[in-house]
Amino acid sequence: MKILVCISKTPDTTAKIAFTDNNTKFSEAGVQFIINPYDEWYALVRALELKEAQGATVHLITVGGADTEAVIRKALALGGDEAFRVNSDSQDSFFIASQIAEIAKQEQYDIIFTGKETIDYNGSSVGGMVAELLGLPFVSIASKLDVNGGTATLKREIEGGEEVVEVSLPLVLSAQKGMAEARIPNMRGIMAARTKPLKVVEPAAAETLTSIVSFELPPAKAGVKMIPADQVEELARLLHEEAKVI
Amino acid sequence: MSVIIFADQFQGKVKKSALEAVQYGAQIAQQLGVPAVAVAVGEIDGAELSALGQYGATKVLHVADARLNEPEAGAVTKIVAEAVAKENGAVIVFAHNFAGRSIAPQLSARLKAGFVAGAIGLPDTSAGFVVKKNVFSGKAFANVSITTGKKIVSVMPNTFSLNPGGGSASVEAFAAGLGDADFKIKTVKVETVSGEVPLTEAEIVVSGGRGLKGPEHWGIVEDLAHALGAATACSRPVADSGWRPHHEHVGQTGFTVRPNLYIAIGISGAIQHLAGVNGSKTIVVINKDAEAPFFKAADYGIVGDAFEVVPKLTEAVKKYKGN
Repeated sequence: MKILVCISKTPDTTAKIAFTDNNTKFSEAGVQFIINPYDEWYALVRALELKEAQGATVHLITVGGADTEAVIRKALALGGDEAFRVNSDSQDSFFIASQIAEIAKQEQYDIIFTGKETIDYNGSSVGGMVAELLGLPFVSIASKLDVNGGTATLKREIEGGEEVVEVSLPLVLSAQKGMAEARIPNMRGIMAARTKPLKVVEPAAAETLTSIVSFELPPAKAGVKMIPADQVEELARLLHEEAKVI
Repeated sequence: MSVIIFADQFQGKVKKSALEAVQYGAQIAQQLGVPAVAVAVGEIDGAELSALGQYGATKVLHVADARLNEPEAGAVTKIVAEAVAKENGAVIVFAHNFAGRSIAPQLSARLKAGFVAGAIGLPDTSAGFVVKKNVFSGKAFANVSITTGKKIVSVMPNTFSLNPGGGSASVEAFAAGLGDADFKIKTVKVETVSGEVPLTEAEIVVSGGRGLKGPEHWGIVEDLAHALGAATACSRPVADSGWRPHHEHVGQTGFTVRPNLYIAIGISGAIQHLAGVNGSKTIVVINKDAEAPFFKAADYGIVGDAFEVVPKLTEAVKKYKGN
Protein backbone atom coordinates (compact mmCIF):
# COMPACT_ATOMS: atom_id res chain seq x y z
CA MET A 1 0.00 0.00 0.00
CA LYS A 2 1.25 3.47 -0.86
CA ILE A 3 0.01 6.44 1.13
CA LEU A 4 0.46 10.19 0.72
CA VAL A 5 -0.10 12.57 3.64
CA CYS A 6 -0.47 16.26 2.83
CA ILE A 7 1.25 18.43 5.43
CA SER A 8 0.71 22.12 5.99
CA LYS A 9 2.73 24.45 8.19
CA THR A 10 0.53 26.56 10.50
CA PRO A 11 1.06 28.90 13.44
CA ASP A 12 0.88 27.22 16.83
CA THR A 13 -2.65 27.15 18.31
CA THR A 14 -1.60 29.60 21.04
CA ALA A 15 -0.18 32.11 18.54
CA LYS A 16 -1.35 35.69 18.81
CA ILE A 17 -2.58 36.77 15.40
CA ALA A 18 -1.36 40.10 13.97
CA PHE A 19 -0.87 41.53 10.50
CA THR A 20 1.65 43.80 8.80
CA ASP A 21 1.99 45.72 5.52
CA ASN A 22 -1.29 47.56 5.92
CA ASN A 23 -3.11 44.40 7.05
CA THR A 24 -2.20 42.43 3.95
CA LYS A 25 0.35 40.04 5.47
CA PHE A 26 0.33 37.71 8.46
CA SER A 27 2.97 38.82 10.96
CA GLU A 28 5.31 35.92 11.64
CA ALA A 29 7.23 37.82 14.32
CA GLY A 30 7.48 35.68 17.45
CA VAL A 31 5.20 33.00 16.01
CA GLN A 32 6.06 29.36 16.46
CA PHE A 33 5.08 27.09 13.58
CA ILE A 34 3.78 23.55 13.82
CA ILE A 35 2.39 20.85 11.56
CA ASN A 36 -1.29 21.65 11.07
CA PRO A 37 -2.87 19.62 13.92
CA TYR A 38 -5.41 17.85 11.68
CA ASP A 39 -2.59 16.80 9.32
CA GLU A 40 -0.40 15.54 12.15
CA TRP A 41 -2.60 14.17 14.93
CA TYR A 42 -5.12 12.43 12.75
CA ALA A 43 -3.99 12.05 9.12
CA LEU A 44 -0.30 11.27 9.60
CA VAL A 45 -0.73 9.12 12.71
CA ARG A 46 -3.49 7.04 11.09
CA ALA A 47 -1.28 6.56 8.01
CA LEU A 48 1.53 5.36 10.29
CA GLU A 49 -0.82 2.99 12.12
CA LEU A 50 -1.82 1.47 8.78
CA LYS A 51 1.86 1.14 7.87
CA GLU A 52 2.56 -0.66 11.15
CA ALA A 53 -0.47 -2.94 10.91
CA GLN A 54 -0.53 -3.80 7.23
CA GLY A 55 2.73 -2.58 5.73
CA ALA A 56 2.77 0.59 3.64
CA THR A 57 5.05 3.28 2.30
CA VAL A 58 4.14 6.70 3.67
CA HIS A 59 5.08 9.74 1.60
CA LEU A 60 4.62 13.30 2.78
CA ILE A 61 4.08 16.40 0.71
CA THR A 62 4.04 20.07 1.53
CA VAL A 63 3.76 23.11 -0.69
CA GLY A 64 5.86 25.84 0.84
CA GLY A 65 9.15 27.70 0.98
CA ALA A 66 12.38 26.49 2.59
CA ASP A 67 10.98 27.57 5.99
CA THR A 68 8.55 24.61 5.91
CA GLU A 69 11.39 22.10 6.14
CA ALA A 70 11.38 22.04 9.95
CA VAL A 71 7.79 20.81 10.05
CA ILE A 72 8.30 18.29 7.26
CA ARG A 73 11.38 16.91 9.11
CA LYS A 74 9.19 16.53 12.19
CA ALA A 75 6.65 14.60 10.14
CA LEU A 76 9.48 12.37 8.92
CA ALA A 77 10.61 11.92 12.53
CA LEU A 78 7.13 10.66 13.42
CA GLY A 79 7.57 7.92 10.82
CA GLY A 80 7.04 9.16 7.26
CA ASP A 81 9.36 7.43 4.78
CA GLU A 82 10.11 10.24 2.38
CA ALA A 83 8.89 13.72 1.60
CA PHE A 84 8.30 16.15 -1.22
CA ARG A 85 8.43 19.89 -0.85
CA VAL A 86 7.00 21.85 -3.74
CA ASN A 87 8.84 25.11 -3.61
CA SER A 88 6.09 27.75 -3.66
CA ASP A 89 4.61 30.21 -1.19
CA SER A 90 1.18 30.18 -2.82
CA GLN A 91 -1.85 30.36 -0.49
CA ASP A 92 -4.36 29.48 -3.20
CA SER A 93 -6.00 26.11 -2.55
CA PHE A 94 -6.37 25.24 -6.24
CA PHE A 95 -2.73 25.99 -6.99
CA ILE A 96 -1.64 23.87 -4.00
CA ALA A 97 -4.02 21.03 -4.94
CA SER A 98 -2.67 21.10 -8.51
CA GLN A 99 0.88 20.61 -7.20
CA ILE A 100 -0.15 17.67 -5.01
CA ALA A 101 -2.13 16.10 -7.88
CA GLU A 102 0.90 16.44 -10.14
CA ILE A 103 3.11 14.40 -7.77
CA ALA A 104 0.29 11.93 -7.06
CA LYS A 105 -0.15 11.21 -10.78
CA GLN A 106 3.46 10.08 -10.94
CA GLU A 107 3.46 8.15 -7.67
CA GLN A 108 0.03 6.45 -7.86
CA TYR A 109 -1.07 6.38 -4.21
CA ASP A 110 -3.76 4.12 -2.76
CA ILE A 111 -4.76 6.63 -0.09
CA ILE A 112 -4.22 10.38 0.05
CA PHE A 113 -4.81 11.99 3.44
CA THR A 114 -5.41 15.64 4.18
CA GLY A 115 -6.48 17.20 7.45
CA LYS A 116 -10.09 18.41 7.80
CA GLU A 117 -8.83 21.96 7.29
CA THR A 118 -5.79 24.02 8.19
CA ILE A 119 -6.09 26.08 11.34
CA ASP A 120 -4.75 29.19 9.57
CA TYR A 121 -6.74 29.74 6.37
CA ASN A 122 -9.54 27.26 7.19
CA GLY A 123 -10.07 26.52 3.51
CA SER A 124 -11.03 22.84 3.87
CA SER A 125 -10.58 22.71 0.10
CA VAL A 126 -7.34 21.00 -0.90
CA GLY A 127 -8.50 17.39 -0.37
CA GLY A 128 -11.64 17.74 -2.48
CA MET A 129 -9.73 19.54 -5.20
CA VAL A 130 -6.99 16.88 -5.32
CA ALA A 131 -9.69 14.18 -5.58
CA GLU A 132 -11.34 15.97 -8.48
CA LEU A 133 -8.04 16.54 -10.29
CA LEU A 134 -7.22 12.84 -9.98
CA GLY A 135 -10.77 11.58 -10.64
CA LEU A 136 -10.89 9.85 -7.23
CA PRO A 137 -13.67 9.66 -4.62
CA PHE A 138 -13.35 12.09 -1.69
CA VAL A 139 -14.57 11.29 1.81
CA SER A 140 -14.56 14.46 3.90
CA ILE A 141 -14.27 14.91 7.66
CA ALA A 142 -13.66 11.26 8.42
CA SER A 143 -13.23 10.25 12.05
CA LYS A 144 -12.38 6.59 11.40
CA LEU A 145 -10.68 4.68 8.60
CA ASP A 146 -10.18 0.95 8.22
CA VAL A 147 -8.69 -0.69 5.18
CA ASN A 148 -9.46 -4.27 4.24
CA GLY A 149 -7.84 -5.37 0.99
CA GLY A 150 -8.97 -2.94 -1.68
CA THR A 151 -11.86 -1.49 0.34
CA ALA A 152 -11.83 1.36 2.81
CA THR A 153 -14.53 1.73 5.46
CA LEU A 154 -14.84 5.18 6.92
CA LYS A 155 -16.95 6.92 9.49
CA ARG A 156 -17.76 10.53 8.72
CA GLU A 157 -19.80 13.15 10.48
CA ILE A 158 -23.02 14.55 9.12
CA GLU A 159 -25.41 17.05 10.69
CA GLY A 160 -26.84 15.44 13.78
CA GLY A 161 -25.06 12.12 13.44
CA GLU A 162 -22.54 9.97 11.70
CA GLU A 163 -22.50 7.72 8.69
CA VAL A 164 -20.43 4.74 7.72
CA VAL A 165 -19.34 4.62 4.08
CA GLU A 166 -17.46 2.13 1.95
CA VAL A 167 -15.29 3.01 -0.98
CA SER A 168 -12.80 1.17 -3.17
CA LEU A 169 -9.19 2.34 -3.15
CA PRO A 170 -7.71 4.60 -4.32
CA LEU A 171 -9.36 7.48 -2.48
CA VAL A 172 -8.75 10.90 -0.95
CA LEU A 173 -9.97 11.68 2.54
CA SER A 174 -9.86 14.53 5.03
CA ALA A 175 -9.19 13.46 8.59
CA GLN A 176 -10.54 14.85 11.80
CA LYS A 177 -10.54 14.17 15.49
CA GLY A 178 -11.25 10.59 16.46
CA MET A 179 -9.18 8.98 13.70
CA ALA A 180 -6.02 8.56 15.79
CA GLU A 181 -4.25 9.82 18.89
CA ALA A 182 -1.38 12.31 18.77
CA ARG A 183 2.15 10.91 19.02
CA ILE A 184 5.46 12.45 20.03
CA PRO A 185 8.52 11.70 17.89
CA ASN A 186 11.23 9.71 19.71
CA MET A 187 14.97 10.30 19.52
CA ARG A 188 15.50 7.46 17.08
CA GLY A 189 12.88 8.90 14.77
CA ILE A 190 14.40 12.36 14.99
CA MET A 191 17.86 11.01 14.13
CA ALA A 192 16.51 8.90 11.27
CA ALA A 193 14.56 11.85 9.85
CA ARG A 194 17.79 13.74 9.16
CA THR A 195 18.78 11.33 6.44
CA LYS A 196 15.37 10.47 5.00
CA PRO A 197 14.85 11.73 1.43
CA LEU A 198 13.28 15.18 1.15
CA LYS A 199 12.93 16.05 -2.51
CA VAL A 200 12.49 19.69 -3.42
CA VAL A 201 10.62 20.17 -6.68
CA GLU A 202 9.71 23.35 -8.49
CA PRO A 203 5.97 23.96 -8.93
CA ALA A 204 4.18 22.85 -12.08
CA ALA A 205 2.30 25.48 -14.05
CA ALA A 206 -1.14 25.91 -12.46
CA GLU A 207 -3.81 28.55 -12.14
CA THR A 208 -4.51 30.66 -9.08
CA LEU A 209 -8.25 31.18 -8.56
CA THR A 210 -8.32 33.43 -5.46
CA SER A 211 -6.18 36.00 -3.69
CA ILE A 212 -6.31 37.50 -0.21
CA VAL A 213 -6.92 41.25 -0.39
CA SER A 214 -6.66 42.08 3.32
CA PHE A 215 -7.04 40.82 6.87
CA GLU A 216 -9.06 42.19 9.79
CA LEU A 217 -9.13 41.47 13.49
CA PRO A 218 -12.50 41.02 15.20
CA PRO A 219 -13.80 44.07 17.07
CA ALA A 220 -13.03 44.00 20.79
CA LYS A 221 -15.84 42.96 23.13
CA ALA A 222 -17.54 45.83 24.91
CA GLY A 223 -16.80 44.26 28.29
CA VAL A 224 -18.45 41.68 30.45
CA LYS A 225 -21.46 42.40 32.63
CA MET A 226 -21.03 40.48 35.90
CA ILE A 227 -24.09 39.15 37.70
CA PRO A 228 -23.90 38.02 41.34
CA ALA A 229 -24.25 34.26 41.80
CA ASP A 230 -27.38 34.71 43.95
CA GLN A 231 -29.19 36.62 41.18
CA VAL A 232 -29.34 34.00 38.45
CA GLU A 233 -32.89 35.13 37.52
CA GLU A 234 -31.38 38.47 36.55
CA LEU A 235 -29.15 36.72 34.00
CA ALA A 236 -32.19 35.02 32.46
CA ARG A 237 -33.97 38.38 32.31
CA LEU A 238 -31.00 40.07 30.61
CA LEU A 239 -30.70 37.26 28.07
CA HIS A 240 -34.38 37.68 27.30
CA GLU A 241 -34.80 41.44 27.39
CA GLU A 242 -31.37 42.89 26.62
CA ALA A 243 -29.53 40.32 24.49
CA LYS A 244 -32.86 38.97 23.14
CA VAL A 245 -31.42 35.49 22.67
CA ILE A 246 -33.93 33.47 24.69
CA MET B 1 -26.93 34.23 -16.08
CA SER B 2 -28.05 32.95 -12.69
CA VAL B 3 -27.02 32.18 -9.14
CA ILE B 4 -27.09 28.45 -8.35
CA ILE B 5 -27.58 27.29 -4.76
CA PHE B 6 -27.20 23.72 -3.56
CA ALA B 7 -30.02 23.19 -1.04
CA ASP B 8 -29.16 19.98 0.78
CA GLN B 9 -31.63 18.04 2.81
CA PHE B 10 -31.67 15.61 5.66
CA GLN B 11 -34.49 13.08 5.90
CA GLY B 12 -36.67 15.08 3.51
CA LYS B 13 -36.21 18.47 5.19
CA VAL B 14 -34.02 21.20 3.71
CA LYS B 15 -31.32 21.88 6.32
CA LYS B 16 -31.36 25.19 8.12
CA SER B 17 -27.80 25.90 6.92
CA ALA B 18 -29.04 25.28 3.37
CA LEU B 19 -31.94 27.74 3.84
CA GLU B 20 -29.35 30.31 4.91
CA ALA B 21 -27.38 29.52 1.73
CA VAL B 22 -30.52 29.95 -0.41
CA GLN B 23 -31.24 33.31 1.18
CA TYR B 24 -27.60 34.39 0.73
CA GLY B 25 -27.58 33.28 -2.91
CA ALA B 26 -30.89 35.02 -3.57
CA GLN B 27 -29.45 38.27 -2.21
CA ILE B 28 -26.51 38.00 -4.63
CA ALA B 29 -28.97 37.21 -7.45
CA GLN B 30 -30.91 40.32 -6.59
CA GLN B 31 -27.72 42.44 -6.66
CA LEU B 32 -26.92 41.02 -10.09
CA GLY B 33 -30.52 41.17 -11.34
CA VAL B 34 -30.58 37.46 -12.24
CA PRO B 35 -32.67 34.47 -11.08
CA ALA B 36 -31.74 32.39 -8.02
CA VAL B 37 -31.95 28.70 -8.88
CA ALA B 38 -31.80 26.11 -6.10
CA VAL B 39 -30.67 22.54 -6.74
CA ALA B 40 -32.08 19.80 -4.50
CA VAL B 41 -31.40 16.07 -4.56
CA GLY B 42 -33.05 12.99 -3.09
CA GLU B 43 -36.64 12.38 -2.07
CA ILE B 44 -38.20 15.65 -0.88
CA ASP B 45 -41.79 16.78 -0.81
CA GLY B 46 -42.74 19.30 -3.53
CA ALA B 47 -44.18 21.71 -0.94
CA GLU B 48 -40.89 21.70 0.98
CA LEU B 49 -39.10 22.67 -2.25
CA SER B 50 -41.50 25.37 -3.44
CA ALA B 51 -41.20 26.89 0.05
CA LEU B 52 -37.59 27.76 -0.88
CA GLY B 53 -39.28 30.69 -2.64
CA GLN B 54 -39.80 32.19 0.82
CA TYR B 55 -36.02 32.59 0.98
CA GLY B 56 -35.76 34.07 -2.50
CA ALA B 57 -35.31 31.08 -4.82
CA THR B 58 -37.11 31.61 -8.13
CA LYS B 59 -36.82 28.03 -9.29
CA VAL B 60 -35.80 24.65 -7.88
CA LEU B 61 -34.16 21.94 -9.98
CA HIS B 62 -34.98 18.66 -8.29
CA VAL B 63 -33.17 15.37 -8.93
CA ALA B 64 -35.64 13.04 -7.19
CA ASP B 65 -33.29 10.06 -7.07
CA ALA B 66 -33.55 8.00 -3.88
CA ARG B 67 -29.87 7.07 -4.19
CA LEU B 68 -29.19 10.72 -3.33
CA ASN B 69 -30.99 10.77 0.02
CA GLU B 70 -27.43 10.62 1.28
CA PRO B 71 -25.80 13.15 -1.05
CA GLU B 72 -22.91 11.20 -2.63
CA ALA B 73 -20.35 13.96 -3.16
CA GLY B 74 -19.17 12.88 -6.62
CA ALA B 75 -22.70 12.49 -7.97
CA VAL B 76 -23.82 15.82 -6.53
CA THR B 77 -20.74 17.56 -7.95
CA LYS B 78 -21.83 16.32 -11.38
CA ILE B 79 -25.44 17.43 -10.83
CA VAL B 80 -24.48 20.94 -9.73
CA ALA B 81 -22.00 21.24 -12.62
CA GLU B 82 -24.80 20.33 -15.04
CA ALA B 83 -27.17 22.80 -13.40
CA VAL B 84 -24.49 25.49 -13.78
CA ALA B 85 -24.19 24.65 -17.48
CA LYS B 86 -27.97 24.58 -18.03
CA GLU B 87 -28.72 27.82 -16.16
CA ASN B 88 -25.49 29.63 -17.06
CA GLY B 89 -24.58 29.90 -13.36
CA ALA B 90 -22.19 32.72 -12.55
CA VAL B 91 -22.13 32.33 -8.77
CA ILE B 92 -22.61 29.00 -7.01
CA VAL B 93 -23.50 28.93 -3.32
CA PHE B 94 -23.26 26.11 -0.77
CA ALA B 95 -23.76 25.94 2.98
CA HIS B 96 -20.41 25.46 4.70
CA ASN B 97 -21.75 22.28 6.27
CA PHE B 98 -20.64 18.68 5.92
CA ALA B 99 -22.01 18.27 2.39
CA GLY B 100 -20.76 21.68 1.24
CA ARG B 101 -17.25 21.05 2.52
CA SER B 102 -17.18 17.89 0.45
CA ILE B 103 -18.81 19.02 -2.79
CA ALA B 104 -17.78 22.68 -3.23
CA PRO B 105 -14.01 22.05 -3.54
CA GLN B 106 -14.60 19.29 -6.09
CA LEU B 107 -16.82 21.61 -8.12
CA SER B 108 -14.23 24.38 -7.82
CA ALA B 109 -11.54 22.16 -9.36
CA ARG B 110 -13.93 20.87 -12.03
CA LEU B 111 -15.11 24.31 -13.19
CA LYS B 112 -11.84 26.12 -12.35
CA ALA B 113 -14.06 28.47 -10.38
CA GLY B 114 -12.46 30.20 -7.38
CA PHE B 115 -13.92 29.06 -4.05
CA VAL B 116 -14.19 30.89 -0.73
CA ALA B 117 -15.08 28.54 2.14
CA GLY B 118 -17.10 29.81 5.08
CA ALA B 119 -18.24 33.29 4.04
CA ILE B 120 -19.44 35.55 6.84
CA GLY B 121 -20.44 38.51 4.66
CA LEU B 122 -22.14 39.12 1.32
CA PRO B 123 -19.67 39.63 -1.54
CA ASP B 124 -18.39 43.14 -2.09
CA THR B 125 -18.74 43.72 -5.81
CA SER B 126 -17.57 47.36 -5.85
CA ALA B 127 -14.13 46.23 -7.05
CA GLY B 128 -14.26 42.67 -8.31
CA PHE B 129 -15.80 40.00 -6.08
CA VAL B 130 -14.47 40.03 -2.54
CA VAL B 131 -15.82 37.79 0.21
CA LYS B 132 -15.11 38.03 3.92
CA LYS B 133 -14.34 34.80 5.75
CA ASN B 134 -12.99 33.57 9.08
CA VAL B 135 -9.30 32.74 9.19
CA PHE B 136 -7.05 31.50 11.99
CA SER B 137 -10.08 29.58 13.23
CA GLY B 138 -12.03 32.69 14.11
CA LYS B 139 -9.14 34.75 15.49
CA ALA B 140 -9.25 37.00 12.39
CA PHE B 141 -11.06 37.64 9.10
CA ALA B 142 -9.71 37.72 5.55
CA ASN B 143 -11.19 39.49 2.54
CA VAL B 144 -10.65 37.11 -0.34
CA SER B 145 -10.99 38.06 -3.99
CA ILE B 146 -12.23 35.43 -6.44
CA THR B 147 -10.47 36.14 -9.70
CA THR B 148 -12.22 33.67 -12.01
CA GLY B 149 -15.36 34.16 -14.14
CA LYS B 150 -17.44 31.65 -12.18
CA LYS B 151 -17.39 31.98 -8.44
CA ILE B 152 -18.16 29.55 -5.60
CA VAL B 153 -18.95 30.61 -2.04
CA SER B 154 -19.91 28.48 0.95
CA VAL B 155 -21.81 30.24 3.71
CA MET B 156 -20.85 29.80 7.37
CA PRO B 157 -23.88 28.35 9.20
CA ASN B 158 -25.68 30.54 11.74
CA THR B 159 -24.17 33.72 10.34
CA PHE B 160 -27.16 35.16 8.50
CA SER B 161 -30.52 35.06 10.26
CA LEU B 162 -33.37 33.71 8.21
CA ASN B 163 -35.96 36.18 7.09
CA PRO B 164 -38.65 34.29 5.15
CA GLY B 165 -41.01 36.21 2.87
CA GLY B 166 -44.08 35.12 0.96
CA GLY B 167 -42.62 33.78 -2.30
CA SER B 168 -43.03 30.36 -3.87
CA ALA B 169 -40.53 28.73 -6.22
CA SER B 170 -41.39 26.67 -9.27
CA VAL B 171 -40.13 23.11 -9.03
CA GLU B 172 -38.68 21.45 -12.11
CA ALA B 173 -37.63 17.80 -12.37
CA PHE B 174 -33.99 17.63 -13.35
CA ALA B 175 -32.23 14.58 -14.75
CA ALA B 176 -28.48 14.61 -14.59
CA GLY B 177 -27.92 11.27 -16.32
CA LEU B 178 -26.27 9.58 -13.37
CA GLY B 179 -24.78 6.14 -13.85
CA ASP B 180 -23.51 3.64 -11.30
CA ALA B 181 -19.98 4.95 -11.88
CA ASP B 182 -21.08 8.26 -10.33
CA PHE B 183 -21.74 6.58 -6.98
CA LYS B 184 -18.27 5.62 -5.82
CA ILE B 185 -19.02 6.14 -2.14
CA LYS B 186 -21.55 3.72 -0.69
CA THR B 187 -23.36 4.66 2.50
CA VAL B 188 -23.56 1.56 4.66
CA LYS B 189 -25.14 2.98 7.78
CA VAL B 190 -26.50 6.28 9.05
CA GLU B 191 -26.60 6.88 12.78
CA THR B 192 -28.49 9.91 13.91
CA VAL B 193 -29.24 11.08 17.36
CA SER B 194 -32.89 11.98 17.05
CA GLY B 195 -34.39 14.77 19.09
CA GLU B 196 -31.07 16.50 19.57
CA VAL B 197 -30.09 19.77 17.90
CA PRO B 198 -27.06 19.42 15.58
CA LEU B 199 -24.22 21.40 17.16
CA THR B 200 -23.15 23.29 14.06
CA GLU B 201 -26.71 24.46 13.32
CA ALA B 202 -27.76 25.24 16.87
CA GLU B 203 -28.86 28.76 17.78
CA ILE B 204 -28.03 28.11 21.42
CA VAL B 205 -25.13 26.00 22.68
CA VAL B 206 -24.52 24.95 26.27
CA SER B 207 -20.96 23.83 26.77
CA GLY B 208 -19.16 22.21 29.70
CA GLY B 209 -15.52 22.03 30.71
CA ARG B 210 -13.26 20.39 33.23
CA GLY B 211 -14.89 22.46 35.97
CA LEU B 212 -17.76 19.94 35.93
CA LYS B 213 -15.34 17.38 37.38
CA GLY B 214 -16.66 14.30 35.58
CA PRO B 215 -19.09 12.91 33.00
CA GLU B 216 -21.58 11.97 35.73
CA HIS B 217 -22.27 15.68 36.28
CA TRP B 218 -23.39 16.40 32.73
CA GLY B 219 -27.05 16.21 33.73
CA ILE B 220 -27.09 19.89 34.67
CA VAL B 221 -25.67 20.82 31.25
CA GLU B 222 -28.22 18.64 29.48
CA ASP B 223 -31.12 19.97 31.57
CA LEU B 224 -30.21 23.57 30.73
CA ALA B 225 -29.74 22.66 27.05
CA HIS B 226 -33.11 20.92 27.04
CA ALA B 227 -34.86 23.92 28.60
CA LEU B 228 -33.31 26.19 25.96
CA GLY B 229 -33.70 23.87 22.96
CA ALA B 230 -29.92 24.01 22.74
CA ALA B 231 -27.16 21.70 21.57
CA THR B 232 -24.52 20.52 24.03
CA ALA B 233 -20.79 20.95 23.51
CA CYS B 234 -17.57 20.64 25.47
CA SER B 235 -13.96 21.79 25.69
CA ARG B 236 -11.01 19.80 24.41
CA PRO B 237 -9.85 18.27 27.72
CA VAL B 238 -13.37 16.94 28.24
CA ALA B 239 -13.43 15.25 24.82
CA ASP B 240 -9.87 14.00 25.24
CA SER B 241 -10.71 12.40 28.60
CA GLY B 242 -13.64 10.63 26.97
CA TRP B 243 -16.22 12.35 29.19
CA ARG B 244 -18.07 13.46 26.08
CA PRO B 245 -17.93 12.33 22.42
CA HIS B 246 -15.36 13.95 20.11
CA HIS B 247 -18.04 15.48 17.91
CA GLU B 248 -19.03 17.79 20.79
CA HIS B 249 -15.54 19.33 20.99
CA VAL B 250 -15.63 23.03 20.20
CA GLY B 251 -12.42 24.99 19.64
CA GLN B 252 -9.54 25.51 17.28
CA THR B 253 -9.04 21.79 16.66
CA GLY B 254 -12.71 20.89 17.06
CA PHE B 255 -15.75 22.62 15.65
CA THR B 256 -16.24 26.33 15.18
CA VAL B 257 -19.72 27.41 16.22
CA ARG B 258 -21.53 30.71 15.81
CA PRO B 259 -24.70 30.44 17.87
CA ASN B 260 -26.77 33.38 19.07
CA LEU B 261 -26.04 32.29 22.63
CA TYR B 262 -23.07 30.30 23.91
CA ILE B 263 -23.13 29.34 27.59
CA ALA B 264 -19.76 28.12 28.90
CA ILE B 265 -19.86 26.26 32.20
CA GLY B 266 -16.62 25.45 33.99
CA ILE B 267 -14.48 26.30 30.95
CA SER B 268 -11.47 28.51 31.66
CA GLY B 269 -11.31 29.92 28.11
CA ALA B 270 -7.95 28.93 26.64
CA ILE B 271 -7.15 30.81 23.43
CA GLN B 272 -7.81 27.63 21.39
CA HIS B 273 -11.30 27.29 22.84
CA LEU B 274 -12.11 30.98 22.32
CA ALA B 275 -11.14 30.66 18.64
CA GLY B 276 -13.95 28.16 18.14
CA VAL B 277 -16.67 30.25 19.80
CA ASN B 278 -15.84 33.92 19.42
CA GLY B 279 -18.23 34.29 16.49
CA SER B 280 -21.09 33.70 18.95
CA LYS B 281 -23.40 36.70 19.26
CA THR B 282 -23.76 36.49 23.04
CA ILE B 283 -21.44 34.61 25.39
CA VAL B 284 -22.28 33.72 29.00
CA VAL B 285 -19.53 32.40 31.23
CA ILE B 286 -20.17 30.59 34.51
CA ASN B 287 -16.97 29.79 36.39
CA LYS B 288 -15.98 29.66 40.03
CA ASP B 289 -12.60 31.22 39.22
CA ALA B 290 -13.02 34.99 38.85
CA GLU B 291 -9.65 35.09 37.04
CA ALA B 292 -10.75 32.70 34.27
CA PRO B 293 -9.66 34.30 30.96
CA PHE B 294 -13.05 33.47 29.42
CA PHE B 295 -14.67 36.37 31.31
CA LYS B 296 -12.71 38.80 29.11
CA ALA B 297 -14.42 37.36 26.03
CA ALA B 298 -17.87 37.16 27.62
CA ASP B 299 -20.93 39.40 27.50
CA TYR B 300 -22.36 38.16 30.80
CA GLY B 301 -20.55 36.41 33.60
CA ILE B 302 -21.31 34.73 36.89
CA VAL B 303 -18.57 33.80 39.36
CA GLY B 304 -19.99 30.87 41.24
CA ASP B 305 -20.36 27.15 41.72
CA ALA B 306 -21.79 25.61 38.54
CA PHE B 307 -23.64 22.97 40.54
CA GLU B 308 -25.65 25.70 42.26
CA VAL B 309 -25.88 28.30 39.50
CA VAL B 310 -26.79 26.11 36.52
CA PRO B 311 -29.91 24.40 37.96
CA LYS B 312 -31.19 27.84 39.05
CA LEU B 313 -30.56 29.18 35.55
CA THR B 314 -32.46 26.23 34.08
CA GLU B 315 -35.48 27.07 36.28
CA ALA B 316 -35.19 30.77 35.43
CA VAL B 317 -35.05 30.32 31.65
CA LYS B 318 -38.09 28.02 31.66
CA LYS B 319 -40.17 31.10 32.44
CA TYR B 320 -39.09 32.70 29.17
CA LYS B 321 -39.20 29.57 27.05
CA GLY B 322 -42.73 28.73 28.27
CA ASN B 323 -42.10 25.11 29.21
